[in-house]
Amino acid sequence: MTPLQILTTIAMIASVVITATAGDILTASAMRQIGDLDVIRARRGMLGAIAAVLSNGRFGVGVVCLALSFFSLLFALSHRELSLIGPAATSLTFVTNAVAAKIFLKENVDRRRWTAALLVCVGVTLLAF
Amino acid sequence: MTFRRYLVLAAVTLTSSLGDTLLARGMKTLGPVSLHHPAEMIHAIFSPWVAAGIVLLCGFFASYLTALSWADLTWVLPASSLGYVIMTFLARFWLHEQVSPLRWLGVVFITAGVGFVTRGPSYTDHGNGQPEPEEEAVLEEALL
Repeated sequence: MTPLQILTTIAMIASVVITATAGDILTASAMRQIGDLDVIRARRGMLGAIAAVLSNGRFGVGVVCLALSFFSLLFALSHRELSLIGPAATSLTFVTNAVAAKIFLKENVDRRRWTAALLVCVGVTLLAF
Repeated sequence: MTFRRYLVLAAVTLTSSLGDTLLARGMKTLGPVSLHHPAEMIHAIFSPWVAAGIVLLCGFFASYLTALSWADLTWVLPASSLGYVIMTFLARFWLHEQVSPLRWLGVVFITAGVGFVTRGPSYTDHGNGQPEPEEEAVLEEALL
């Protein structure tokens, strides 16, 4: 790949990662607000569970971010190989999500989860070769 | 973790990898999309491969949201990243993409990461005093 191609690849992956992270954090936060879907479905049925999810504003904003991420991914896949773009974008999102989940969702990201993040990070780096 | 919850996790893994592969298959058929012609992107959505990929990704989203309702985001994401391994196999053997030995080594690292995180708890205390979803589900079952 030429330097320009490398830069455009990085830009394409970055746009997928940023929008996906925002979407994941917002939807995870929404699901925490809503509660266990299995319990809601047991109490109010499937339609009640769907209504609980769709009526949450934070979920709506999260879906918009995920839609933007989807179109960025679609664009990237039309220019580069799936085995590079797919794992790189989605796995890097996992690392940015770990940082964002600790900051915004106050999740307890312990040593085990950071180690998993590191292993996936190394794996993703290798997938680029 | 109950058997049903492992099934949800399996659905997250399979639908995401197969969905992404179908999208790639569709976009390869259509060729490169230009930023100057956004209508091409809309047209792509209605091609059979891309449409099938979108259906599977809808299934992925439903199972992913279900998992997020009883587990941490930092547990669900690595636990379901076995999908990248399946995706690499599909890219190699179905789409006939070249996958180098280093990429296979990357797959091994990702698998190790998955194995590592799934041995830990799926939900951790966030310090807000709320009962953990799994604990709440067990209480609910006991009540019913």
